[in-house]
Amino acid sequence: MSEGFIELDNATLRYPRSDTPAVVDISLSVPSGGSVALVGPSGCGKSSVLRLIAGLESATDGRVVVGGDAPGASRGAVGVAFQKSTMLDWRTVLDNVLLPLEVVSGPAGFRARRAEYRQRALALLERLGLGEYAHRYPWEMSGGMQQRASLCRALIHEPDLLLLDEPFAALDAFTREDLWGLVQSIWRERRPTTVLVTHDLREAVYLADTVYVFSKGPGRIVHREDIDLPRPRTVEGTFEPAFVEYVQRLRGHIVEVRDIDAGRATTDAKEPAHG
Amino acid sequence: MVDWMLNRRVLPWLVTLGTFLLWEGVVHGFAIKTFILPPPSLIATTLAAQWEPILQHSLQTLMTTLVGLALAVGFGVVLGLAVGASEKVYAGLYPLMVAFNSIPKVALVPILVIWFGIGTVPAILTAFLISFFPIVVNIATGLATVEPELNDLMRSLGASRLTVLRKVGLPRTLPYFFAALKVAVTLAFVGSVISETVAANAGVGYMMMVAGSRFEVPLVFAGLVVVGAMGIVLYQAFEWLERRLTFWASRG
Ligand SMILES: Nc1ncnc2c1ncn2[C@@H]1O[C@H](COP(=O)(O)OP(=O)(O)OP(=O)(O)O)[C@@H](O)[C@H]1O
Ligand SMILES: [Mg+2]
Repeated sequence: MSEGFIELDNATLRYPRSDTPAVVDISLSVPSGGSVALVGPSGCGKSSVLRLIAGLESATDGRVVVGGDAPGASRGAVGVAFQKSTMLDWRTVLDNVLLPLEVVSGPAGFRARRAEYRQRALALLERLGLGEYAHRYPWEMSGGMQQRASLCRALIHEPDLLLLDEPFAALDAFTREDLWGLVQSIWRERRPTTVLVTHDLREAVYLADTVYVFSKGPGRIVHREDIDLPRPRTVEGTFEPAFVEYVQRLRGHIVEVRDIDAGRATTDAKEPAHG
Repeated sequence: MVDWMLNRRVLPWLVTLGTFLLWEGVVHGFAIKTFILPPPSLIATTLAAQWEPILQHSLQTLMTTLVGLALAVGFGVVLGLAVGASEKVYAGLYPLMVAFNSIPKVALVPILVIWFGIGTVPAILTAFLISFFPIVVNIATGLATVEPELNDLMRSLGASRLTVLRKVGLPRTLPYFFAALKVAVTLAFVGSVISETVAANAGVGYMMMVAGSRFEVPLVFAGLVVVGAMGIVLYQAFEWLERRLTFWASRG
């Protein structure tokens, strides 16, 4: 079996100031150009796994290798859409989107291709429905607009590694479905290796080749589901039996991990009454 | 809109004028002698009558203050960035800096005179020493409180430390810098005028000292008014610059 672009080998992460690990024994492998989704209850450590992959956190235990790098080496310019807004308030939306290009090409390189980059950024903003807002400031936009701008910024430099942490959480159902299509087509054009964190199981099945289900924290992988559906996938396709079956099956696994926990919670709650 | 105009444009003048009127009234009402507390009208006529020497001394004070402030900004920003960026520099330097800032700067003037002689240099250095600390503290605070999320973003892009400083650290620190600058400019005036009072042969402080020794109290007050006015003008200039450059921090 060939090494994947992303390899996690029994990776465990414990934050410095906490007693319990955020995630435990995570093993997953994503082939180059592949697309996986991570789902699981809130607080189970999905964002933490993304931080490991991005190189923002190093594993307390186990191994994390991305793109064949030595563990801990710089990942180069990753495309990350963070869960929390990370817009730079002093820059317009357009300049925020241009930031990765500035960093990647350096001052001289950026100046040389400025006009071209601006065109590219404007076109991408247009595609995400933010054309009119290019010259506004992030704090003048709604939460959903900021998320879309953040997605633009993750995509603009055409990274080999794309990490999306609940990128559509603040959007209405219809815009969200539009953006699934958009992200899928960008993914099919460039094939960045993609890791998506989401709470929306339809979104996970629509976008991913493989879906990993996490247990309640400390997070472990409890299930892996390969999605064997043809591409390109469509919104209509999400209502077909094969698609729905995947969603149901994943839902079953999540209900299971929640139930284990809910069961523990009820016994905990009863204890004082007995004692 | 009308309210806003009233508040920003009219109110400051109104309150200042009111204060002067009250002052004038108190002096006449209680028949206070002019060598104790001259009324604003007398200060105004003194200003008009002796405008030439007053202007000369004011320009000298303005120059020493601005040079001192510029030095404070230059050193303060560099040291502030070092302290804000590095725990080690912070841990090593802060006891010394706090101790130094607790020293009354007037006490240093005689030493400066021994080193540099009477004149412009001690005034510049006093202005520098007194306005240096708030700049260091604010720049360091601005840099040290950059949101970790923004650092994560830059690190995920593989940015070097210098790039992070240029693209995030410096712009994020700008509002803190202006807050410091507004404090520092008023302090710089205090420094230069104090030093001129003790050891100079030019400047508003020197003029006031000489006038005081001759009991020309209206001229002393004229000096105070001029220093206050220069302070306001510079403060306003920085505030104007602040509004233009850091409007994003107040979202407006
Ligand atoms: N910087 C940190 N320091 C200490 N603990 C942290 C830190 N970040 C996250 N944690 C802890 O790690 C665990 C996992 O957090 P994480 O953000 O990865 O969860 P998540 O699965 O992304 O949750 P959600 O779906 O709500 O975004 C949580 O228990 C959280 O309290
Ligand atoms: Mg999260």
